[in-house]
Amino acid sequence: MNFTLKIWRQKNATSKGSFKTYSLDDVSPEMSFLEMLDYLNKMLIEQGEEPVVFEHDCREGICGSCGLYINGRPHGPMRNTTTCELHMRAFNDGGTIVIEPWRAKAFPVIKDLVVDRSSLERIMQAGGFISVNTGSAPESNSNPVGKPVSDKAFDAASCIGCGACVAACINSSAMLFAAAKIAQYALIPQGKTESKERVDQMVKQMDAEGFGFCSNTYGCEFDCPKGISIDFIALMNREFFSSKVCKQRHT
Amino acid sequence: MKRSNTFLSSISKKYIMALAGMFLMLFLVFHLSTNLLMLVGDGEAFERAVEFLTLNPAVKIMEYVLFAGFLIHIALGFVLMIHNYRARPVKYHRPLRTETSPFSRFMFHTGMIILVFLVFHFLHFFFVKLGWVDMPAGVSDRHDFYSMAVILFQNPLYSALYWLSFVFLGFHLKHAFQSAFQSLGLNHTKYTPAIKVIGTIYAILISVGFAIIPFYFLFIYSP
Ligand code: HEM
Ligand code: FES
Repeated sequence: MNFTLKIWRQKNATSKGSFKTYSLDDVSPEMSFLEMLDYLNKMLIEQGEEPVVFEHDCREGICGSCGLYINGRPHGPMRNTTTCELHMRAFNDGGTIVIEPWRAKAFPVIKDLVVDRSSLERIMQAGGFISVNTGSAPESNSNPVGKPVSDKAFDAASCIGCGACVAACINSSAMLFAAAKIAQYALIPQGKTESKERVDQMVKQMDAEGFGFCSNTYGCEFDCPKGISIDFIALMNREFFSSKVCKQRHT
Repeated sequence: MKRSNTFLSSISKKYIMALAGMFLMLFLVFHLSTNLLMLVGDGEAFERAVEFLTLNPAVKIMEYVLFAGFLIHIALGFVLMIHNYRARPVKYHRPLRTETSPFSRFMFHTGMIILVFLVFHFLHFFFVKLGWVDMPAGVSDRHDFYSMAVILFQNPLYSALYWLSFVFLGFHLKHAFQSAFQSLGLNHTKYTPAIKVIGTIYAILISVGFAIIPFYFLFIYSP
């Protein structure tokens, strides 16, 4: 397969950046999208040009580092698929592929296609944890959790923090991320104790990072590679409301 | 660590926006049912309703609540819009192709159209009542909304613009109804699908309901 690639190149966080066009031939349809970029970089290195910088780690859809904005869609044209799991057969032979970094005030570009997502990290640090004593493992039957509840908490916990929800949102809102991370604890007994402070702190941090406000377009759900449901946003809103109305604090 | 410097959090704003919007949606039902009285008889039923509303002190209070509802909803609409615009300083080269409902994407735009409509609506009715704007020729009482409506709606251009406004109001409401429930966290596997259907029906009924009135005065009514 042959492609014309239009890729955002930016030297560093402060430089201006622009699109550069490359043509790439003999791409195998079995290549993953990142392998295609590896292949491009090999060619660029051979030509003495600087390779395109992109982020990746696990290449199996679990680390959340590989987010790219491909032809107007975060993680490309396939639903429930991370960029690393996307294959070149999903594209038309001979077509043009435009690759951009996530665009949001809270995700400044570091270089080329890599953005700084530590804003999501800081939301987690603000309350995305439970406090437990260290020592021997707790007795496993002391916290019974029903199967449907544990399944739902796990659905929320399957968020890989890639930031596609922000990238897919016309408002650059991080509500789906925050909601998933709040819900994964709020649903289970271990997380209930601190749930009021958690939602309060995490939402505060989310606002401080400069993400946009949700207007329920549900684009985040559509392009989330893990299919996280916007039901969790409603759950977060409920949690937030009860944290404001019943200001009982445990700590 | 960065600190939030806004007075109300994002979710609090959403709650207020949704509550104000829900209140406005209730008001629309009330306003429509009063207006539809124009279609029966020669407007006596409507005039009696207007008289009742003008004399009722509870309605006077609700009038202020209604203004507050509009002001809060509109002001927050602008705040959200400006904040969201700033949340993506560098726009995408390829516009977003993520599938979303167009009604949801254009909430601010449809809202702005409603706002323009409201300005004219006030000029034509409410400000006339207050005496800020002169009565149209042929009307002798500042509370004679029926005659004012007849004069306006018999102008085809006015009626056409009126219809257009209500198409956009319908678009706004189509998304707004279910969105308000989602914002308030009122989401349920069983009821949410029903809320979406009811919202669509509500949006259609409100738009069509208001649109019937100029239709009546243009094509059916004869003085
Ligand atoms: C009778 C008139 C109106 C009614 C019944 C109405 C109702 C609603 C409702 C129920 C929502 C959903 C709120 C939510 O999801 O939290 C909404 C959203 C919105 N409305 Fe209105 N509205 C009206 C007029 C206006 C006007 C005049 C504007 C002018 C700017 C406006 C701007 C907006 C915007 C921007 C949103 C999206 C807010 C967001 O969720 O981000 N609306 N409206
Ligand atoms: S590289 Fe880890 S999710 Fe794609």
